[in-house]
Amino acid sequence: MRTATNALELRRPRTLKEALAMLRDEPTLVPLAGCTDLYVAVNFGTLTDSRFLDLWPLEPLRRISVRDETMVIGALATYTEIIKSRHVRKRLPMLIDSARQIGGPQIQNRGTIGGNIANASPAGDTLPVLSAADAVVVLKNAADERRVAFNDFHTGYRKSVRMPDELIVAVEIPTQHGRQWFRKVGTRAAQAISKVVMAGVRGDQPRIAIGSVAPTIVRARRTEAALAAGASIEDAARILGDEIHPIDDVRSTAEYRRTVTVNLLRRFWTDTASASPSV
Amino acid sequence: MRLTLNGAAVDVEAHPMKRLLDVLREECGLTGTKEGCGEGECGACTVLIDDQPVCACLVPWAHVDGRTVTSIEGLADQHPLQQAFMDEVGAQCGICTPGMILAAIALGPNPSLTKIKEGLAGNLCRCTGYEAIYRAIQSTAPVIPRSAAD
Repeated sequence: MRTATNALELRRPRTLKEALAMLRDEPTLVPLAGCTDLYVAVNFGTLTDSRFLDLWPLEPLRRISVRDETMVIGALATYTEIIKSRHVRKRLPMLIDSARQIGGPQIQNRGTIGGNIANASPAGDTLPVLSAADAVVVLKNAADERRVAFNDFHTGYRKSVRMPDELIVAVEIPTQHGRQWFRKVGTRAAQAISKVVMAGVRGDQPRIAIGSVAPTIVRARRTEAALAAGASIEDAARILGDEIHPIDDVRSTAEYRRTVTVNLLRRFWTDTASASPSV
Repeated sequence: MRLTLNGAAVDVEAHPMKRLLDVLREECGLTGTKEGCGEGECGACTVLIDDQPVCACLVPWAHVDGRTVTSIEGLADQHPLQQAFMDEVGAQCGICTPGMILAAIALGPNPSLTKIKEGLAGNLCRCTGYEAIYRAIQSTAPVIPRSAAD
């Protein structure tokens, strides 16, 4: 469908500072970067916003670095850049597993991790990874910077604690202890939105995060606690079944999602049982 | 706005949020780039920006400012892959073909079948069943003559 863009306005800052000033003066501006999600709405005429802030050219926000044992992934790092990053390969290989399964190469070349977070979809494929990794979201406005635990960032379906004058500038990943695991279940390996997506870190205190089973990504805290206390995987699976609240929608049914989620937990536990940690 | 389009420096004026797909087809008259789904699922509108495949239906015009864009016309009917797609009947209705070829070019020389499948995962074809497409891409890799291999 050909898009009517004449009524749209794109502000084009050259630096982050300029972008934050524009957002301070006009907090209703909608930030855009890789446009892999936003332009679907633009193309189909379902977007009600008309004024946008272009973050894509802000190169410094694309960096992936390590500072004091914390990996800092710039918000504009694309999935392709994440897949190629030696820092990510060494510290958070499950993020590479998730990035490789997002869309196809065309989407991976454009979609950004900051966009995945900001978009706040419960089906965002990198989000269970960030949740299980206990990541921290770095937000900036023109005056200040603050850090929010990833697990406190999303407050509901497509809702987050980001204030209108703030931008997500980076996500920080602490050192992981334990074997990392990721699995996405969708209709097809590429170009499919998840029916269920799970990430886990198997350390002394196992961490398990699940997407597409609730309005936001969820951490399976009760299941984690049971496993840490030595519960059998079957007991843990029963607890997990109670802990999630999947729904019926166009992509799957609640019953299928519940069954698959519990099966994924068993798979996670079997796959990570080996004594040698992967990281 | 200035960019390099199919090897030549060009100045094209268009609304910054107009889709790259529409600017190529309407402002530049390059209709080789096809629109399939218009939502980044099918890959029919694949073009290369700085040698990386992207869906032109999801790229605002502003994002190619100063970049290098290659559409199917940039191959000037002279790329070995184009001949290979014809030889192997890697095209039937043809809508997916320009995107398939550009996605395949981005894989570089001699991709393995696994790499080809991954590289073309974002390009849907509803005619060929993909086998002929994979064959076409593999056939353009240098083949060691039997006598030399023996």
